[in-house]
Amino acid sequence: MKVIGIDVGGTSTDAVLLHEREVRHYVKTTTTADVSSGISAALETLVAKAGPDAQRIDAVMLGTTHFTNAIVERRGLTPTAAIRIGMPATAFLEPFTDWPSDLAEAVRARHFMVRGGHEYDGRPIVPFDAAAVESAAREIRNAGIRSVAITSVFSPLDATLEEHAGQIVRRVYPEAGITLSHRLGRIGLLPRENVTILNASLVDLARTKTAAFAEGLRKVGIDAPVYLTQNDGTIARMEQAAELPILSVACGPTNSMRGAAFLSGMANALVVDVGGTTTDIGYLRQGLPRQANRVVEIGGVRTLFQMPDLLSLPLGGGSRVTAAPLAIGPESVGFRLTELGRVFGGDVTTVTDVAVAAGAPLLGDPRRVAHLPDGLVSDAMAMVRATLEDAIDRLKPDAEPRPVIAVGGAAFLVPDGLAGAGDTVRVPHAAVANAVGAAMAQVSGESDRIFREVPRDEAIAAATTAARTDAVAAGADADTLEVVEVEDLPLAYLPGNSRRVRVKVLGDVALPRQSILAGTGA
Amino acid sequence: MSGGPVPHDLEGVERTTLTEAGIDDLRVGAWILGTGGGGDPYYGYLCLKKLYAQGRMVDVIDPQDLPDDAYVAAVNQMGSPLPAEERLTDPATVTRAIREMETYAGIRFTAVMPWEIGGGNAFQPLLAAAMLGLPVVDADAMGRAFPEAQMTSFAVKNFTCHPLVMADIRPNTVIISEAADWKWLERLRRRACTELGAVAATCNPPRTGHEVKTGSHLYTVGKALRIGRTVRRAQAEHCDAVAALLEQERGAELLRGKVTDVERQTTGGYLRGRLDVAGLDSYAGSTMRIAFQNEFTVAWRDDEPCATTPDLICVLDQDSGEAIGTEVVRFGQRVAVIALPAPEMLLSERGLELTGPRAFGHDLDFHPLFTR
Repeated sequence: MKVIGIDVGGTSTDAVLLHEREVRHYVKTTTTADVSSGISAALETLVAKAGPDAQRIDAVMLGTTHFTNAIVERRGLTPTAAIRIGMPATAFLEPFTDWPSDLAEAVRARHFMVRGGHEYDGRPIVPFDAAAVESAAREIRNAGIRSVAITSVFSPLDATLEEHAGQIVRRVYPEAGITLSHRLGRIGLLPRENVTILNASLVDLARTKTAAFAEGLRKVGIDAPVYLTQNDGTIARMEQAAELPILSVACGPTNSMRGAAFLSGMANALVVDVGGTTTDIGYLRQGLPRQANRVVEIGGVRTLFQMPDLLSLPLGGGSRVTAAPLAIGPESVGFRLTELGRVFGGDVTTVTDVAVAAGAPLLGDPRRVAHLPDGLVSDAMAMVRATLEDAIDRLKPDAEPRPVIAVGGAAFLVPDGLAGAGDTVRVPHAAVANAVGAAMAQVSGESDRIFREVPRDEAIAAATTAARTDAVAAGADADTLEVVEVEDLPLAYLPGNSRRVRVKVLGDVALPRQSILAGTGA
Repeated sequence: MSGGPVPHDLEGVERTTLTEAGIDDLRVGAWILGTGGGGDPYYGYLCLKKLYAQGRMVDVIDPQDLPDDAYVAAVNQMGSPLPAEERLTDPATVTRAIREMETYAGIRFTAVMPWEIGGGNAFQPLLAAAMLGLPVVDADAMGRAFPEAQMTSFAVKNFTCHPLVMADIRPNTVIISEAADWKWLERLRRRACTELGAVAATCNPPRTGHEVKTGSHLYTVGKALRIGRTVRRAQAEHCDAVAALLEQERGAELLRGKVTDVERQTTGGYLRGRLDVAGLDSYAGSTMRIAFQNEFTVAWRDDEPCATTPDLICVLDQDSGEAIGTEVVRFGQRVAVIALPAPEMLLSERGLELTGPRAFGHDLDFHPLFTR
């Protein structure tokens, strides 16, 4: 199987070509402001470099920052209508509550609150008002609002009302892009609704960008299914992923972690990914990034869905070093390191310059940093070490000294012998671990439900079946599915034996038939 | 009872208007007084912010200024934190509970007060106050968060335990006109609450001004505001928020360290469990185990009990000084475990019987941590 993995970082865009799980070719190019032209450049450079190896590619996996940037920069978002099903409950706190005003302005078209929703035990709150959804759909159509986010109270438990409302909107307004909250979020109405609205506002952008990417692939002669990588270290077919772009907003750090796991052969370790401007630290458990399982803010909005548990530090190869008082970052020269950094002939002192002066890696021209004061060099290196040690200690799950896998373009900044950690593990192709992680991503399925008066084993079995169905729908090969996470949380106050069970399964990509035929027939 | 159809106008009584910053302070302070339970105040906080944006305000009054025969409504939202995460909260339902009580009991309330100052319930009386234009009394019935009705100051004082009104988002109202004692009241209201979707706004048995002055935990609203202000100021000044809080409230630091294990189970409708914390820095080598039943109940340091309910055991984020709840505390978090002194009234024989470690199934005497 031949796979191309591409991952966009803040500073560089990386691409690799793997053949039978072996890195054959890799390139590192500069991330561009529009992201897309950087992706094209990486792809074209990789294909040129690979020559005949670039023929008969089975799949292309893309991890992109398009969606994150759109939210952070409040650009390219589609005005969205929010429909909430749950009246008379939740009436006072309307959709878009507690959003930053500039983001709300960019996204909010209007909202509708209709009667319905469920209780924790599955009973309806009140009968569902389908007519109200129908009239909302007409209003949305007449106003030309293309994106619709539908959220129903307790839909992670019972999704029927969201499905029903979605059908109504689709019938009235077939062109609308519709996001249903149960496909994204967990229990917690506002954070789930927030994720749903953000997702709906990204669907247009996702369709445009993925179509452009597929077109770019055709231009370089690649005809293979395209997958987008997601926050949890898995992938989904481009067509499906474009409907849930919010699931890709944290894919970059996740891809690095997956790549670190693959390149090191380790399943349980800390991963320190040092890029040009920032360092992301996460914890790998059974080869997957540990999930945050808590409210995470995206663009200033509280969300609760699958996000890796990360610590981000303003420390990268391009971070500026200033003396008296000694400070590193947060400003960084980013991709202009090779132009502005001292070892490359510039006149900005960066962390890379200091590291070269300290004798670590051979980069650029070491003579250009020979004049840096010894004190500055040793103090700055000590500061890098202390910053990493503190962050590692915050992230590691217990007192055990866990190994640290160093990846990213500036992985050489991670010193050996970090206090509180095990060995610093260095891997081949560390600079493009993110693209390797994208190429190696698998397909997952998940189920998160509340069970009442069901024995624990039966509840977990039922949740596992649901998670497997979900995975196969997302493109997994059923024979390779494995349970990777079981969370079983008994619920306070609820009567009897109530528990919330979350199960996640993971498996390999099922190769689409037409792709196999295309490969053998050509 | 005297009082009757006309509320006191409280003429000449000093009122302190809660500021916008005070709302933020209350959110942080009430969550800390929740001692791990009581639910995140976020939704009540959002509601109050919105009411302020609409031009409504809340005044706080000194309990000593209450006329003896004025009626006070002690209110809360009963139920489980999880359904509340989906059903949220709103000002109208608790307001309805109060109005229904007035109709049923044939009285008019002069003021409202928190039933439970710890956690999300700190905000319920403020929402009602903003809607009704009534002041909030600076006092509550728990001084923290507790899971059951008989753990209140009113039960310690053996005040009347009925009637009680529960209001629902639908046009459902439950009135418990009579209950044999506070434990019976707890059983009855809990069953009704479950039927209503495990979320119900509650107007507890009406209290007279005299009862509030003699039988509640005084100045606990001010305490929550003060705690929140102290922590938020320390955050803004990049100081040690935990140390600032301890100094302000004469609390005791029990341990600083990292959560190494959390175990949770539901039995009898409560979230029970324990967490283990391994000491770091000056506490390196020490370990702490903390038991909880919705709220933290007993802390053992190196296997010796070092703090027990009703003293407040609080697990705080070591950096921000903000509270971490028993439902969300997780592996790897860096925490400061502290204790704050319980309200004096809970240290009486009856107070300890209702809220001491034995009330939570621990075969332990109350561990006096603070000299009083």
